[in-house]
Amino acid sequence: MLRILNKIWKTGLITEDLPAGADPVLEQVGAQLREGIARQFQGSLAIRQVDAGSCNGCELEIHALNNGYYDIERFGVHFVASPRHADLLLVTGPVSVHMESALRRTWEATPEPRLVVAAGDCAACGGEFGCSYASRGAVSNVLPVDAVIPGCPPSPLKLMQGILQILET
Amino acid sequence: MSHFDWLSELLARYQDEHILVRRGSATALAPAHLLELDPEDWGRAAQVAAGYACRWAGVWAEPRNEDFVITAALAREGDHLLLRTRVPLSAPLLPSHTPYFPGADRMERHAQDMCGLVFSDHPDPRRWSRHNRWAPDSYPLRKDFAVDSAPLPAEPETDYAYIQTQGAGAYEIPVGPVHAGIIEPGHFRFQAVGETVLNLEQRLGYVHKGIEKIAEGRDAAGLAKLAGRISGDSTVHHAWAACMAMERAARLTPPPRAQALRAVLAERERIANHLGDIGAICNDVAFAFAFQQFGRLRELWLRDNAACSGHRLLMDCVIPGGVAADPTPEQIARLRGAVDPLRRELAELYPILDDHPSLEDRLATTGILAPEIAQRLGTVGYVGKASGQDIDLRRDHPYAPYDRLHVTSPLFTTGDVEARLKVRVQEILDALDLLVTLLDTLPGGPVNVPWQAPAGGGEGLGLVEGWRGEILSYVRFGGDGRVTRFFPRDPSWFSWPALEQLIHGNIVPDFPVCNKSVNGSYSGHDL
Repeated sequence: MLRILNKIWKTGLITEDLPAGADPVLEQVGAQLREGIARQFQGSLAIRQVDAGSCNGCELEIHALNNGYYDIERFGVHFVASPRHADLLLVTGPVSVHMESALRRTWEATPEPRLVVAAGDCAACGGEFGCSYASRGAVSNVLPVDAVIPGCPPSPLKLMQGILQILET
Repeated sequence: MSHFDWLSELLARYQDEHILVRRGSATALAPAHLLELDPEDWGRAAQVAAGYACRWAGVWAEPRNEDFVITAALAREGDHLLLRTRVPLSAPLLPSHTPYFPGADRMERHAQDMCGLVFSDHPDPRRWSRHNRWAPDSYPLRKDFAVDSAPLPAEPETDYAYIQTQGAGAYEIPVGPVHAGIIEPGHFRFQAVGETVLNLEQRLGYVHKGIEKIAEGRDAAGLAKLAGRISGDSTVHHAWAACMAMERAARLTPPPRAQALRAVLAERERIANHLGDIGAICNDVAFAFAFQQFGRLRELWLRDNAACSGHRLLMDCVIPGGVAADPTPEQIARLRGAVDPLRRELAELYPILDDHPSLEDRLATTGILAPEIAQRLGTVGYVGKASGQDIDLRRDHPYAPYDRLHVTSPLFTTGDVEARLKVRVQEILDALDLLVTLLDTLPGGPVNVPWQAPAGGGEGLGLVEGWRGEILSYVRFGGDGRVTRFFPRDPSWFSWPALEQLIHGNIVPDFPVCNKSVNGSYSGHDL
């Protein structure tokens, strides 16, 4: 137990905090994100992530949003397990035809008003997979999309910026 | 011990069984040996190989003119043996390998759905990769199937015949394809009594993206990009395996500096994923401290990737003929400089994992995969190594640059979640040692050679030890220098069925940690 406490104490707070962090872009994006969420979502934006055919690269970077460096929860963003709790669907991947109905049903289960963000090149335009017998390509071919976040995969910072753009429109 | 000294005994057994080897070649698909058989002997050839402790490592088919050419991979002592046969397209009937190698089950059903092959004595003829979006009598990998064929209307799949359980107190829990977290989609059907899992049945294929079909017609650079997106967490290893296959087909050898840099990228990928997995396994038993600490180390590691390769996950760094960019001396110094700080961190963190009673309580004896089952399923990587399967290509049949390195591989026999965690723990340390040697002895010279497609076509086999285990990649080029067949076999094909086995008798709430300890790739499996 002492070792754990010692390690926690020595590690300190790694979160790149708003007033004096190492990354000025992250600070700025974070501040804007928190402001926008406060204004439009009473300080709390619930995201349901849906992999609709991704190679899992995007999922790795979305996961990273929760590590100590980004700690996206401090800006009011949290990932929820059910679409019924979500304000926003963060969809990755080209929409595989096998995921098409599951994606649509997830969207239908999300209460209105609901937002859809297509994250990653595949979700934005089909990416490396495009449209085929097995893939519907961009998420916008299946659902109305409110914003896209390009990148293969988008970095955690790009993901935060992408979520931000939807708040500013 | 030299390579293939077990092969003569297998050939003698084939002769005893009157299995006729039509032709053999040690060079056509080197380093594998290739044996051509009659289709009638296909099943018995597998039966004899199973009796001779061979591991089953994959099957794929390709239509060529009026025939299907079917190739299956076997392995023993690090060497690979390919069995090949032909059946006419008009009567694509072949005995199954599944009765002798249960790990062949899903890949044969994949070949059935994608090509229309019929495995006559397959114990489970249900579809696998097809989810009612293309007609049961049309097959995407046949040449008359257009890559942009319109899918059938989207309907939830309701007619798949899941295994049923009956009896007092038995109930079913359907989960997915959309799971409660930031993970890939797939369907799990649990049958349980109280908290105890009686049976788990997986239904995968939800992220099938037609990778094999859309690979057709690509040039080498395009195939490498696609291979790097088979499973995003294995982008280096899948791209390396595909490039190795293409380079062997083209009789092209990347320069020594490129080979060493590929291994640097590969070992960095192994470490990044293991760091993430160790944290996530601990998180699934509510040890948030380790989740935060290992997540922190992974993030720092990815930032070094970005600074030294331009990409956090190292995508598109491996290209046909070598690697995309030559790191500057400063970048190499940064990569070398990242090793010792990580070692120091791990020296602090590993003892904490070791001595934490609540962690041991949840991980030890949870999700046991018995070594006999691991062997029968052909599991590799950390799932195999935790269950007595001492398989590591980098050591057993080393490819450049591992042929000049000393590779060690951990081995446990308890087969539980703890053992799968311990394999990762040790593999990070071993990979750090390899990184030191690689970076301290980095050869000079160019980092790639110009790609030259094989004149008149050709085929090649790539084999690498990915962070999940052995990846096998097959590529055939047509005369125009474009890909006519690509089959990447991720180790997840064998670890997913292992998960179905190791969950038996465990409690439902332990499923997440069991699943995480196996961490199969959905995308790498669904293709």
